[in-house]
Amino acid sequence: MKSQTADKIATGVFIAIALFIVSILIFLLGYILFHGLAKINWDFITSPPKFMQAGGGVGPQLFNSFYLLFLTMLITVPLGVGGGIYLAEYAKPNKITELLRNSIEILSSLPSIVVGLFGLLVFVNYTGWGYTLIGGALALTIFNLPLMVRITEDALRSVPAEQKEASLALGITRWHTIVKVLLPSALPGIITGAILTSGRVFGEAAALLFTSGMSSPILDFTNWNPFSESSPLNPFRPGETLAVNIWKINSEGLVPDAKEIANGASALLVLAVLIFNMTARWFGRFLYRRLTSSK
Amino acid sequence: MKDPFIQNNMNRKAKFYDKFGFVLTLLCAFILIIATVSIYLFVASKGLATFISDGVSLVEFLTGTEWKPNRSVEEGGPVFGTFPFIFGSFAVTFLAALISAPLGIGAAVFMTEIAPSWGRKILQPVIELLVGIPSVVYGLIGLTLVVPFIRQYVGGLGFGLLAGTIVLSIMILPTITSISVDTLRAVPKEIKEGSYALGATRWQTIYKIIFRASIPGFITAVVFGMARAFGEALAVQMVIGNAKKMPDSLVDPASTITSVITMNMGNTVSGTVENNVLWSLGLLLLLMSSFFILFVRFIGRRGRMGS
Repeated sequence: MKSQTADKIATGVFIAIALFIVSILIFLLGYILFHGLAKINWDFITSPPKFMQAGGGVGPQLFNSFYLLFLTMLITVPLGVGGGIYLAEYAKPNKITELLRNSIEILSSLPSIVVGLFGLLVFVNYTGWGYTLIGGALALTIFNLPLMVRITEDALRSVPAEQKEASLALGITRWHTIVKVLLPSALPGIITGAILTSGRVFGEAAALLFTSGMSSPILDFTNWNPFSESSPLNPFRPGETLAVNIWKINSEGLVPDAKEIANGASALLVLAVLIFNMTARWFGRFLYRRLTSSK
Repeated sequence: MKDPFIQNNMNRKAKFYDKFGFVLTLLCAFILIIATVSIYLFVASKGLATFISDGVSLVEFLTGTEWKPNRSVEEGGPVFGTFPFIFGSFAVTFLAALISAPLGIGAAVFMTEIAPSWGRKILQPVIELLVGIPSVVYGLIGLTLVVPFIRQYVGGLGFGLLAGTIVLSIMILPTITSISVDTLRAVPKEIKEGSYALGATRWQTIYKIIFRASIPGFITAVVFGMARAFGEALAVQMVIGNAKKMPDSLVDPASTITSVITMNMGNTVSGTVENNVLWSLGLLLLLMSSFFILFVRFIGRRGRMGS
């Protein structure tokens, strides 16, 4: 009889823990969206921030976040897919592969502030660029690359071995097999993974404080020449992102409505992460159906 | 016309592409090794300069409790005791793990043993969303919700180790939960069924059989969570209070290694002793994070040897 009672109590405790965690998430999301959505309007997401007075927006920061994400993915995806192909198709069980796997493990668990420090040393000081978007993108690449490599490797490994063997048996070269047979079937997995890592990049701040900087120059959104100083597309300009902005206005406290701006910006960040999550799922399923049934 | 990619008559072009592709992917893979090695080299070269060229004593750096980078020469010159920050980092890390470990493992048990079908369907996305919330947002919620709450109901200004612990314990919960779930799912079905067949209740089975088989996995989960807590910078910095002294209590403002780096790296001039000391703290952080990985490896190897 006693052990039955203990069993009931234990079950109750486990259910309580699960409910507690679900309610934390509901509470957090509710709190962020309730306080933030009230602040979000067209003016807030397009107008530049104001210095020392209330009523500013986060337009440039929002643009910088997306642009930085774009730059990061532009570097990460080809390198990550390349590294993933090597690990899945070429790597032999030797010392170099072991070193490679250790590097991936170390890089993926590095604190992001350490990646930021490394970025400050190499991409800001050593290159002499100062705080730039491209420096930030390179720092984020270091932090994102291990994940992208793993995603690609897993996606390639999940392609049925028969497909690869059939292609090789036809006398097709290895590289041609990878490009024409393996990559197309692995594509849904790779794209889904890339979108999921985008959410992480979008919300990252610690690695960016000292690489892409905490300021944004006055941008002229009619100037689309990437080599011009005031152009939003110039990768060699400082670019404060949304996440960095939340941190900055809270620690500096120069803007009177810092709390509201931070709430609005947080809601934007969380919405972006939610959208990335859902898009990844939907797109993965969509692509899978397209690629498997149409051919 | 012959297909240029048929191997039997493999022409030069196909051969070239085959080699080219291999070299290309090898280069991509090598970038990972280069990045890892250069992070250690660069951070170590900056971090060790404090002790080699600036003559700061390593013992004083690690154990000193006074942080006065601008003290004048008449008063004895600047001192760089970072023990309060190291203490702060370890304190929030262990306390957060203490709160999160039972919750995370409990949630994992719920997802695998109590309600494997619908429990997992609900909790899996919850955990994924908790991971997805950016750390500055956690910091902001800590600042606007946790800090005022502590100020009102516990005492002090609200900033301090307690606030840092609460924020971190939510942040590391998904890490601990998801690794624990993987561990529990790896427990062989036969031993569970054997236990039930002997008439054991579910709790007895969980407690006496499943937990015992999962201990190395749980340790791995908690250590990974601690690694995340130890390295987290902005969320902690926003709620810890940033006082450069030993805290008197859990609600007294304090600092961590990461919060000091975050606060001061931008305001100090590169090449000065104060700046170099920050790099030494960065090196310490890097070494600690490597230690966590090595520890997990060690546990993993011992777990395998035992079974």
